[in-house]
Amino acid sequence: MASLSNGHSIDIKFTKLFINGQFVDSVSGKTFETIDPRTGDVIASVAEATKEDVDSAVQAARHAFDSGPWPRMSGAERGRILMKWADLIDQHTEEIAALDTMDAGKLFQYCKMEVPSVANMLRYYAGAADKIHGEVLKTAGKFHAYTLLEPIGVVGHIIPWNFPSTLFFNKVSPSLAAGCTMVVKPAEQTPLSALFYAHLAKLAGIPDGVLNVVPGFGKIAGSAVCSHMDIDKISFTGSTQTGREVMQAAAKSNLKQVSLELGGKSPIIIFDDADVDTASQLALIGILFNKGEVCVAGSRVFVQEGIYDEFEKKLVEKAKAWVVGDPFEPNVQQGPQVDKRQFEKILSYIEHGKREGATLLTGGKAIGNKGYYIEPTIFANVKEDMLIAKDEIFGPVMALSKFKTMEEAIERANNTTYGLAAGIVTKNIDIANTVSRSVRAGMIWVNCYFIFEHDIPFGGYKASGFGKDYGMEALHKYLQVKSVVTPIYNSPWH
Amino acid sequence: MAARRLSSLVSRSLASSLLQSPGRTCGRWSNLSRFSTAAAVQELITPQVQISYTQHLINGKFVDAASGKTFPAYDPRSGEVIAYVAEGDAEDINRAVSAARKAFDEGPWPKMTAYERSRILLRFADLVEKHSNELAALETWNNGKPFEQALMSELPMFVRLFHYYAGWADKIHGLTVPGDGNYHIQVLHEPIGVAGQIIPWNFPLLMFAWKVGPALACGNTIVLKTAEQTPLTALYVAQLLHEAGLPPGVLNVVSGYGPTAGAPLVAHMDVDKLAFTGSTETGKVVLELAARSNLKPVTLELGGKSPFIVFDDADVDKAVELAHFALFFNQGQCCCAGSRTFVHERIYDEFLEKAKARAMRRIVGDPFKKGVEQGPQIDVEQFEKVLRYIRSGKESNATLECGGARIGSKGFFIEPTVFSNVKDDMLIAQDEIFGPVQSILKFKDIDEVIKRANETRYGLAAGVFTKNGDTANRMMRALKVGTVWINCFDVFDAAIPFGGYKMSGIGREKGIYSLNNYLQVKAVVSPLKNPAWI
Repeated sequence: MASLSNGHSIDIKFTKLFINGQFVDSVSGKTFETIDPRTGDVIASVAEATKEDVDSAVQAARHAFDSGPWPRMSGAERGRILMKWADLIDQHTEEIAALDTMDAGKLFQYCKMEVPSVANMLRYYAGAADKIHGEVLKTAGKFHAYTLLEPIGVVGHIIPWNFPSTLFFNKVSPSLAAGCTMVVKPAEQTPLSALFYAHLAKLAGIPDGVLNVVPGFGKIAGSAVCSHMDIDKISFTGSTQTGREVMQAAAKSNLKQVSLELGGKSPIIIFDDADVDTASQLALIGILFNKGEVCVAGSRVFVQEGIYDEFEKKLVEKAKAWVVGDPFEPNVQQGPQVDKRQFEKILSYIEHGKREGATLLTGGKAIGNKGYYIEPTIFANVKEDMLIAKDEIFGPVMALSKFKTMEEAIERANNTTYGLAAGIVTKNIDIANTVSRSVRAGMIWVNCYFIFEHDIPFGGYKASGFGKDYGMEALHKYLQVKSVVTPIYNSPWH
Repeated sequence: MAARRLSSLVSRSLASSLLQSPGRTCGRWSNLSRFSTAAAVQELITPQVQISYTQHLINGKFVDAASGKTFPAYDPRSGEVIAYVAEGDAEDINRAVSAARKAFDEGPWPKMTAYERSRILLRFADLVEKHSNELAALETWNNGKPFEQALMSELPMFVRLFHYYAGWADKIHGLTVPGDGNYHIQVLHEPIGVAGQIIPWNFPLLMFAWKVGPALACGNTIVLKTAEQTPLTALYVAQLLHEAGLPPGVLNVVSGYGPTAGAPLVAHMDVDKLAFTGSTETGKVVLELAARSNLKPVTLELGGKSPFIVFDDADVDKAVELAHFALFFNQGQCCCAGSRTFVHERIYDEFLEKAKARAMRRIVGDPFKKGVEQGPQIDVEQFEKVLRYIRSGKESNATLECGGARIGSKGFFIEPTVFSNVKDDMLIAQDEIFGPVQSILKFKDIDEVIKRANETRYGLAAGVFTKNGDTANRMMRALKVGTVWINCFDVFDAAIPFGGYKMSGIGREKGIYSLNNYLQVKAVVSPLKNPAWI
């Protein structure tokens, strides 16, 4: 039992590994503690997967793929099962939302919207499972040729802790729709909702072995997944640094296919013709949503000189009014950072910012002496070579600066190793169109930010990774293209 | 008068899959003797369903016809009236179109998100699943098709189709396209507006799903005219669709006859799109009326005289069973019925013997009775037309191998009929009979059979039976038809497009292709200033 702030408590039902349709202890018998970031207290002890557990999960997934019903049933049948899973999730919204809030320090109000949205994502891919089309091709010779889009096989998914539900489903749903089987390693900080989802998956009728969930640490369980010889594809979301290791492990083992959704240092570019109130609100949410623990956080804000002063003033006012506290409280806008390590890392970046000569407009400190709360923090006069302008901080820390011309804004926005997302705020259609094409990033939001939808593909340029999540694009991460060619005699057309 | 000609022709056609393992089905029914249920035709089983809806459904409400008129709906097992249904005319069509117009121009349907539309369609599919028994009973009662076929095959397919289209609603993608110069170009796929849809009587529910599913998924509003023979199930499911959350005015259902209700819908100046399934003759009239009124785009699924071609390397037993199914399924009332059975001369005699034996084993009777394979024809008009074609076959010296007569003295039951020695120029080899009459023709080689199979004004479907990959590959390209089934027939998955070449129609239904019927394509072009790339 874990306690909520409102005096209620919640029963943690699932803490074991989910392998071949069963909740089991780890082979080693080891467990690890998952922590409540509001207090630093232990929520539950969770079975810790090591290489042996990953092996048995892969074996189950392999068997389910090679001989089981999942890839052999029609897309329509898979879709029906995914629909049923979605309905079951809808019936447990509050319980799952509480798990994510407790595990990750995310706002309970937000999680109660996030959980239904993952059910909707499942329905989207349920409806996609029967719409995977190959093509009949044109050949130069007298051949008949076509492509088959085949499920790629056993997929390893490694999921981060910042959106435990959404990122579980943006990997699991398209790969299930495609007919794959899988081993999912959730983040060690946030294993609880993934295990709950696995339980519901079984109730929905997903056959044993198709979906396996192995909580554990990156260096041990994650690494075993990445270098496994019997996994056909690895899909990773996390830091750029770990992404490199994932890709190396894939290269050194069986050359499994890799897709990576990594870090970002996304710019929001605000032009003189923008409405300052709206723009400052958008920029504020852009960095503070989910405590800044968002890969697409708008962590570099560029404001055109004509409105800069007014913008800065309004932004700081809004940041000061931002409510940080227990994420179960309905009026709270920002909970604690996920764990001690992140908390300390963010504070150290803030110190860097000060030392490097950026102007601290507001925030900059931890709040209270319990849990991992940090003030909304805004630095101005940030130069491009400062660490806070280059690194992904993954916290509520904005780097604000001024620009003169569109060309300058484009150049500075692109002056990063990352390319995940960008925001543009302008009423001018020409600026919007030109900047949209000029910024080297996988997602451009014009006069909006953080718009993720099931049908909108998402993924990075440059060191932000490759491969798209969401949309019909995501299916292709989990499909192999096979061409079939045969001679054709006396065809009336070619 | 064009409108007058619509009267007898405005509704019919089309089939759906079932019995994908004919061998197994055959086994289950083989212990029943031929026509064993003929006696039961006199003691009809009472359907377990009430007829609750007989009025038009306009703007979310059941209403009487403007004229107050009604027309009878019949039980084809007996020819007796089972209900009186509101009879639509131009005024009812006007009211329905104006409701649909308002729902499209002002209503929430095209304005809500695709995801919300998709949820309503999913809820509807769930409701239909719950009401499957009543719906299947009503379908059989009004249409005469075997109840088991309606319940076990057609209702699940109906549900499947709505799941399928619900899944499309939020995946309708326009394109961004490259410009030759500095332009940003987008292509929007917009709902087309008010769709007029006219469906036939042979698969009342499935034809509803084929038409209504994609139109709604794309965000259109609809005026649907059902066949006068089979108005009942559409009203029932339309009511369920409203229960699932469909806003009023989005789907309006008007019952009535072709000339008086169909024609005003086709010619209506405020209908943006017309989709019709029925006979080729009526299809021509529909196209003409659309041209004369507001040039609305038209989708047509029309008649067929589909070849079923059996090569000498085929497994004869399987080919016989499938050829039998291809023709006799749904009392032969399928637009894609395999109504020209071409058999290679080397296996012709064996095939003929077995095809005849199979037809003689076919169980005809009360379609509510378990194990019955064939019920009555839809109505007296069709019944007499089929018997006329049988007479024509005999007169043109085709060999009547079996059947050829009506069964009993009540209802519209016809014996499974097989003709051999059929020649290409006989009427029974050229016209769509739309009844349980199999015509078997002999061929020598592949070039000959390609030529003969294509020598028809129709081009709906074809079956090819062979073990040889080269033969299959050549045939699939050489046949001028919209669907080629190789070593199978009547496979009607939701994702498989269906439609005709030549005079079998225009456009495709089902699959991703069906969406095109209900979408406008709009190109949006704007200049780009100093783009990073074009």
